[in-house]
Amino acid sequence: MLPRGRSSFVALGMATALLALLPVVAPPYYVELGTYALIYAMLALSLQLLVGCTGLVSLGHAAFYGLAAYTVYLITPPGRGLSILLTLPLAMIAAGLAALLVGALSLRTRGFFFLMVTLAFGQMLFFLFHDTKLGGGTDGAFLARPLLGAFDWQLPLTRRQRPYAVYYVALAQLVAMFVGLVLLLRSLFGRVLDGIRVNEHRMQALGFDTYRYKLAAFTIAGVLAGVAGHMWAMHRGFVNPELIGWHTSAEALLMILIGGLTTLQGPVIGALAFTALGEVAQTVTERKLLVEGLVVLLVVVALPKGLSGIALPRFARHVPSAEKKANG
Amino acid sequence: MAEPRPANPPVLATVGLTRTFGGLVAVRDVSISLRQGELHAVIGPNGAGKTTLVNMLSGEIKPTAGRIELLGREVTREPAWRMTGLGIGRSFQRINIFASLTVLENVRLAVQAVSARPRRLLRDASRATDLMAKAEQALQRIGLAEAAARHAATLSHGEQRQLEIAMALASNPKVLLLDEPLAGMGPEESQRMTALLKDLAREHALLLIEHDMDFVFTVADWMTVMAEGTVLAEGRPAAIRANTAVQDAYLGGHA
Repeated sequence: MLPRGRSSFVALGMATALLALLPVVAPPYYVELGTYALIYAMLALSLQLLVGCTGLVSLGHAAFYGLAAYTVYLITPPGRGLSILLTLPLAMIAAGLAALLVGALSLRTRGFFFLMVTLAFGQMLFFLFHDTKLGGGTDGAFLARPLLGAFDWQLPLTRRQRPYAVYYVALAQLVAMFVGLVLLLRSLFGRVLDGIRVNEHRMQALGFDTYRYKLAAFTIAGVLAGVAGHMWAMHRGFVNPELIGWHTSAEALLMILIGGLTTLQGPVIGALAFTALGEVAQTVTERKLLVEGLVVLLVVVALPKGLSGIALPRFARHVPSAEKKANG
Repeated sequence: MAEPRPANPPVLATVGLTRTFGGLVAVRDVSISLRQGELHAVIGPNGAGKTTLVNMLSGEIKPTAGRIELLGREVTREPAWRMTGLGIGRSFQRINIFASLTVLENVRLAVQAVSARPRRLLRDASRATDLMAKAEQALQRIGLAEAAARHAATLSHGEQRQLEIAMALASNPKVLLLDEPLAGMGPEESQRMTALLKDLAREHALLLIEHDMDFVFTVADWMTVMAEGTVLAEGRPAAIRANTAVQDAYLGGHA
């Protein structure tokens, strides 16, 4: 799961540098597309904490992502953007509280039932925003985007500069999230999640109250999905129920699947590839979903470890090595 | 019975323990007690309810009726994870270890389960030297210290059974429940395990389920014979050997 050894970190540093260079070389359109890719990467990465790290497959993860975006909409007065220092924490708190509540109930179930219960909670939230006037109903709603600044001061950005600044904020958030998850998985807490993934029953026999650990992981994953959802609102300036719906949850799962279930970089690679694939499919055909589906199928059949399995084979080592080696 | 049982109070005791699965009564009205320093063997034919009994004692399944008391405190409804914290360690009939982890990490998890404080959970696991020291102690005790850095999957069958017991020991239990610790072991491994179990029985209340009769009659201090979910007889091995009901029901030509 975790990157190990110096070369892994060099590779991760280089990947970050490449992403940081994109706005320098790419036209504005691709910078905006890149921001979407980074948002999806955060969404998929947050879901990986559940799927790949703890063995919990949720079909309702987009609920926390969408709820965070709607939170920004709901707290923003019409036409007057708020500081990111206000909107981001509030979006994260809203997503985290929702995850705590949904997790507390759904984690009483396992496997297939867990999948169904998370799906049900996600769809409940979807219809809450879809069928009421709370957030503009079916059509969604525009909002004044959060500002990069605090109090009376904000970054002096022109209309053309802002997408670049937002891109770098998203990249910084993704890097912070990645590093945070590496540290989390290395901790005593992370070892418990790994144990639960492998054999939850045995962990209980060892004396772990696995429910609490899973609930903590579920809540953290919700908060991180909230970061992604907030960035969506910040970038797009528009929210609609689709953000919450099961389709978005399923896409996040697909990103993990094509990127790799057993690594942290898998979901990031998967999200970037999926976004690129969608873009290409859209330009060459009118049957975007068909092309996407076929490619995903091919990747899954041909690469059981996902794209990260070929791109960075050194990271694919799944088996945690002895403590001493881990330090080296 | 020639030799009376020592009068020290039971560490773990059951009163009228019963468990039904649908219409089947797996365990019926079982009252036993485990004592400090005593190796207590439960024998009985397949389907006698031995594993169900252990699963109830470890909190894995809940009794339909009856009580379980640990040091005089009722623990009947406690979940499995809390039973471990309260001092009941167990091993499984089918080897149940983390094959992809190292031997040390397997035991370290067991130590962590009962000793890590919540606020220390975010510490880097590879720097948790206090937990690792305790894990190494348990491995030393069990004779697996040299295999600490190996992946558990590479251990021999007998070593994996030893690792199971090391994991149970790591939680500092008062009671050890071992489900067929000798299953699948060669003669040499069995001999080592026998010595180990005798040693462990001095400091713990030890209950084991075993099919190897020669072994059971050699090491047990106290025996409970189960058949069809009920206790058929209990007593010293010599008394059990002489018990005609046990001979008829179970031992047959063996005794």
